[in-house]
Amino acid sequence: MSEYQVNEKGYYGHFGGAYIPEMLYPNVEELRQQYLAIIHSDDFRQEFDKLLRDYVGRPSPLYPAQRLSERYGTNIFLKREDLNHTGAHKINNTIGQILLAERLGKKRIIAETGAGQHGVATATVCALKGLKCVVYMGAIDIERQAPNVARMKMMGAEVIAAESGSKTLKDATNEALRDWINNPVDTHYIIGSVVGPHPYPDMVARFQSVISAETRKQLLEKTGRETPDHVIACVGGGSNAAGMFYHFLDDHDVKLVAVEAAGKGVDSGESAATTVLGREGVLHGSRSLLMQTDDGQVIEPYSISAGLDYPGVGPQHAWLYEKGRATYVNITDDEAMQAGLLLTRLEGIIPAIESAHALAQLEKMTFKGDENVVVCLSGRGDKDLDNYMKYFGF
Amino acid sequence: MNRINRLFADKGSKRILSIYYTAGYPTLESTVDIAETLENAGVDFLEIGFPYSDPVADGPVIQHSSEAALRNGMSLGVLFEQLKDLRRRVNIPVLLMGYVNPVLQYGVESFCKSCKAVGVDGVIVPDLPMYEYEERYRSVFEENGLSNIFLVTPQTSEERIRKIDDLSTGFIYLLSSSATTGKNLSVSENTEAYFSRIRAMQLKNPVAIGFGISGHHAFTRATDHADGAIVGSAFVKLLGETDYSRKIPQFIRQLKG
Ligand SMILES: Cc1ncc(COP(=O)(O)O)c(C=O)c1O
Repeated sequence: MSEYQVNEKGYYGHFGGAYIPEMLYPNVEELRQQYLAIIHSDDFRQEFDKLLRDYVGRPSPLYPAQRLSERYGTNIFLKREDLNHTGAHKINNTIGQILLAERLGKKRIIAETGAGQHGVATATVCALKGLKCVVYMGAIDIERQAPNVARMKMMGAEVIAAESGSKTLKDATNEALRDWINNPVDTHYIIGSVVGPHPYPDMVARFQSVISAETRKQLLEKTGRETPDHVIACVGGGSNAAGMFYHFLDDHDVKLVAVEAAGKGVDSGESAATTVLGREGVLHGSRSLLMQTDDGQVIEPYSISAGLDYPGVGPQHAWLYEKGRATYVNITDDEAMQAGLLLTRLEGIIPAIESAHALAQLEKMTFKGDENVVVCLSGRGDKDLDNYMKYFGF
Repeated sequence: MNRINRLFADKGSKRILSIYYTAGYPTLESTVDIAETLENAGVDFLEIGFPYSDPVADGPVIQHSSEAALRNGMSLGVLFEQLKDLRRRVNIPVLLMGYVNPVLQYGVESFCKSCKAVGVDGVIVPDLPMYEYEERYRSVFEENGLSNIFLVTPQTSEERIRKIDDLSTGFIYLLSSSATTGKNLSVSENTEAYFSRIRAMQLKNPVAIGFGISGHHAFTRATDHADGAIVGSAFVKLLGETDYSRKIPQFIRQLKG
């Protein structure tokens, strides 16, 4: 077992665990006892692989971005999660979890969402399977992300506004957990990132690990080597990065770079750079790094990208950070927006603003010429057009 | 034996009533005044909540009181300052209840020592895992004479209830249903069967039923089956009213009937 993976008690070093009230224990424990057996079963694997291929459109291409490579003087590959059905990596996880929920006999699905990407990916798989779907979304985000709200509703999901606290992603997550407490028998909670109580961080990372499994094969075909020199991914809760890193964790010659959102700058008071600004703490059922006051109250983060606007990171990231296995860096709103425009102009690909944070990191690195660099393009920018238009005044 | 153990040991045929309220609500300084008023009104023990920004087990009423308390400036540091006075004014058992993160930031050991120093008898931290309590924190709780209270729901397995019974040193907090705080208890055949099932287990620890107990009827039903019952949201709602202090004795009288 890799030292970077969860141990049998549900911890990554001293991070992780299941800090949940007793009301959630039976559901989380049921999941803990069954998730590995289910996801390793032939029946599950076959259906999962088939849906990823025929419905999501996997494998997603590993695109050698030629003009971007010329600009940075090295070989840059984009892992095209933006080409997945619904436009981001999020659907890899929701397909996995809906199949799991079916096998656990659950009849009702709940989820939280920030920008709406995970909500849409959840509503999509619920429509696919004919399961009832309730999505919690911060009241402020509902206003900011109207097209995604419309998508969820069109798929038949009920979207409930989280009116508590700061009315954004962390409060939507609180509301989803409250719903689960009040519906202890027939409901499965599809968490959207590698956060939450054990086994969620491990389970979601496994579903997302298809990203790095494919990347290894594609690199072998394209470069003759399964491993690259650098892997770069953005981190909100950390699921696309966890999936992008997964099969490279034990290859110590592969440099892993995780990009957090600096917002208006790490010292501006408006930031989401958790590894810089956070301390060890507990939120949403796991012990990890957390932006909080001295008194242990959670601080509301800020980023121009709603998907990176979370006050914590998954426990595996806290552990990779502490062990030094991955390097955690941060990118401001402005740097990300410029990188988003640059990719659009050089390659004809409009990235999600989240993914643009990973791209912006290229500006800050120096490469030795013929190094191979993989950037996880976690999502497409359709949902962000308004933001881009406003920012650049198009 | 701390005050909690004595209360349950000496209860006789009494129906024990506990009240939950949030420290620092409705005003920062109201915490100990409310405790004193409740004792004078005939309440048997108290659960004082320390607020957290993300109270996932709570419904709207306690969420609101927690947000207000934080805005008022409440924190564990401030609370322990206020409670320095506690044992000069209040004799009944007092527990602190809240979420684990503020306790971790204060430091678990410092927290337990501060509890002991001000005369707190027990702690309810619903999101502190049993495993962590056993492995890391049990000894420091015990050294400071603190009862750690565990929750049980209708979905908790018998095996787990036995384990909780072994680890508990005060009472077992039986949730009337799996729910967030503030939902009214509707006693159905299922709840009656659940309460009877727990009673038939003949646990070593006394049992108090909480969540959704808002009036005399629910209080009586709960204490028909258990040693005591706990009222939270219904009381916190009262604290939101003007002149709440004068209304407390009547509220308690009506609860007890
Ligand atoms: C395109 C995209 N990338 C990244 C993220 C961040 O999530 P995570 O860190 O879990 O990958 C989101 C979240 O909504 C997203 O939509």
